[in-house]
This record gives sequence, structure tokens and C-alpha cells, in this order.
Amino acid sequence: MLSFDAEKKLSDFTVTAKFETGAGVTALFGPSGAGKTTIVNMIAGLVAPDRGRIEIDGALLFDSAAKLNVPPHRRRIGYVFQDGRLFPHLSVAQNLDYGRWMRGLPRDDAERDHVVAMLGIGHLLNRRPGKLSGGERQRVAIGRTLLTQPRLLLLDEPLASLDAARKVEILPYLERLRDEAEIPMIYVSHQASEIRRIASRVVRLDSGRVTGIGSLELIDAAETMLA
Amino acid sequence: MFDLTPDEWVAVRLSLRIAAVATLFALPLGVAVAWLLARRNFWGKSLLDGFVHLPLVLPPVVTGYLLLIWFGRRGLIGAFLADHFGIVFSFRWTGAALACGVMGFPLLVRAIRLSLEAVDRKLEDAASTLGASGIWTFATVTLPLALPGVVAGMVLCFAKALGEFGATITFVSNIPGETQTLSAAIYTYTNIPGGDAAAGRLVIVAIVIALAALVISEWFARRAGMRYRGD
Repeated sequence: MLSFDAEKKLSDFTVTAKFETGAGVTALFGPSGAGKTTIVNMIAGLVAPDRGRIEIDGALLFDSAAKLNVPPHRRRIGYVFQDGRLFPHLSVAQNLDYGRWMRGLPRDDAERDHVVAMLGIGHLLNRRPGKLSGGERQRVAIGRTLLTQPRLLLLDEPLASLDAARKVEILPYLERLRDEAEIPMIYVSHQASEIRRIASRVVRLDSGRVTGIGSLELIDAAETMLA
Repeated sequence: MFDLTPDEWVAVRLSLRIAAVATLFALPLGVAVAWLLARRNFWGKSLLDGFVHLPLVLPPVVTGYLLLIWFGRRGLIGAFLADHFGIVFSFRWTGAALACGVMGFPLLVRAIRLSLEAVDRKLEDAASTLGASGIWTFATVTLPLALPGVVAGMVLCFAKALGEFGATITFVSNIPGETQTLSAAIYTYTNIPGGDAAAGRLVIVAIVIALAALVISEWFARRAGMRYRGD
């Protein structure tokens, strides 16, 4: 379980958010520029909050009062970025194994084969990221993160850089991921349709503030308001 | 024409050795300084930047003279190194390597710094979320991606070391077999009546070495570029 309560001043507005997430998929939903990425960056440890407290499964990740800030490489939080961020100098297989090397995890071929099969990337293992399509890249990025055995998975607009056809290609993999991997996920998106398919809980954000926490109905409410 | 005399071979071999040693010793320090300048903000950063670039703008003779004062047998650093580690620079080929390394250092740092700055920080962030500490991120992501620039810097430093003349001759003089590099040898031959043929041969050798270094670095850079594009 993640408990988030933090504040970060950005150049044009301040992100102040307090929420908790549990098992399953929680969506961070809001328009572009609402501070969604800043929040996941704070959870991952890539951005330090100005003040606040972030805790996962009872372990502190950040606490401004105690001056505690666990560095990202010790947080065991997986992060799938919008732009994939595969290492261009490594093959797909090496990208997949990177987290295992860095974490010093034992080799687990069964787990690797399972993830590779689930994401349908077996035929790509010897290629380099430069030759992959956007959808393939994103699947490899998801697999690379899964194989580090994270205690929480952050997905920051994982489909945003893909065209409509590729989105349809990836969504089933994300659904399988949700149903098969028992990792809690935070799914960032401004697309109501994606969230309806993936998430069960919604944290709605606007201009750096939480404007609602609850079930999927929150998205409907937001859409009615816009309509 | 292309049969070098034994003396000329000595100068060529010595030059290659001095340039190679200078480049290899300058490399780790160059990477460290380039990283500091590219990635860190600290008090005195522009001072360090200026200091590193000094040999590029100072007259080489001035650099050589400063080396003589500091690293000579009675120099502050030179005496310390000689007494405690038995490392002597003055009038030795090691001194020539030091002078060449100092002269090539700005070029080395500049190339590495530019390539480090060009590495996508987002990839480093990704590495850290995958469990890589700062040092491991540098070793497995930053440095490999900056490698073409590192090689380019090494080639520039090597070429500069090979052609270095003013600082070397001021610091360690022009002793055949010990500190007489290719450039110093060419200079010497042009001052001897009838030395034109020897000077000409060495000039051709210098051109061949310089071209070879350029071709090798080009090839390396192109290969690295191809790898990252996935060819």
C-alpha cells in the first residue's frame, strides 16, 4: 500500500496531493499539466518533494520532517515511462536483464520466459531498441520493469506516444499484466477510455490538486462536466 | 626515401610512446573533470574550467616553463614526487609525456564533456529506477553512450601530444633518444645543412600517423552511431 502526502512547487504552480493506493490498478487521471508526472516522479524518487511524507508497505521512502529521502535505486518501484527509455546501446535481452544485474537478483529463466511470453516479445530479444516499433518498445519497457520485481508499478501515460492502432495492440497486454501480475499499479493518463479498461480506482487531479478519489464514476462525472 | 635511419626510427617510436602514455594517463582524469564540468555545479567551477583550458590559450613555452618550475627536480611537486615515489620528469621522456598530456588535456576534456552533455539524462533516470546506483549508471549507461566522444577526445589528445613542441622542448629539452620527439627531430634536421631529406621523411611519417588516427576515430564513431540506431 502506498501512502502519499507531499508538496512540490513547480515554476508555474504547486503540486499538493494526498492519497492512498492499495492493490489493483489506481488511475491518476487529469488533464495535461495537472501534475500527474510530477507525482509519479516523487513516488519513484526522481523528484524530491519540498515537504511531505511518502510511505510504501509501512516503509518510509521520503519524510521531510526526518530529512529522509531514499534514492530511486533503493526504492524497488518500477517505472514505465511514456517514451520507453530503452538503453539504445544494449540489445532487447540485455535491456530485460539490466534490472536483475543492478539489483543482483538471481537468474530466473522461468520468470523471464513468462514475462517475455506474456508481452509477446520473444522474437525481439536479439534486436536493438533502435529497430523496434513504438509498441514493441513499450512492451519491452514494461517487461524490463516487471523483471526487477517491483513492489509497485508506475505507468506514466504508457500509450500516449503511440498511434491509435498501437494503443489497441498494447491494451490487452496491460490487461493481462493487471490480471496476472500481483503488483499494485498506478496508471497515469488523461484518456478516460484507457482508464475504464485498466483501472478500478481513480485519483482525479486538476492544477496540482486532488479533486476527487473514488471509483470509475469519477471519470464519468468529469466527462459530464466537460460536456 | 622511405627507409628511415635508426635515429629517425628512435624519434618516431619515442613520439608514439610519449603520445600514447600521455593520452592514457590523461584519460581517467579527463573523464573525471569532464563529468564534473558537465554534470555538477560547485563553487569555483568556472575557475576549474578556465584552468583546464589554460594550456590551449597560453603560449606553449609558458606552459613548458611553468612545468619546469613546478615539476623540475627542485620544483615543489617535482621534488616531492622524486623523493617519495622516485618519479623524475626533468629531462626524461616521462617529462615529455607530462608536457604532452597537459597540452592535450583541454582537447580531451572538451570532447568528453560535450559527449557527456549529449547523453539523455532520462536514460540515467530510467537506470536508477531499475536499481542502478550513481556509479553503476555512469559505468553502464552514461559512459557507453558517450564513448564516441571519449574516443574522439583521445584521438585529439594523441594528435596534439604527437605534434607538441614548445612546452616539451622548454620543459625537457631536445635530447635524442630521450626527449627528442618527431616534431623536435624535424626541427633539428631543418637546422642541419643537408637535413632536408631526413626532415621530409619524418614529415611524411607525421602525416601518415595523423591520418591514421583520424580514420580510426571516424570509423569508431560511425560504428558506434550504427549500433545505437540498431543497424
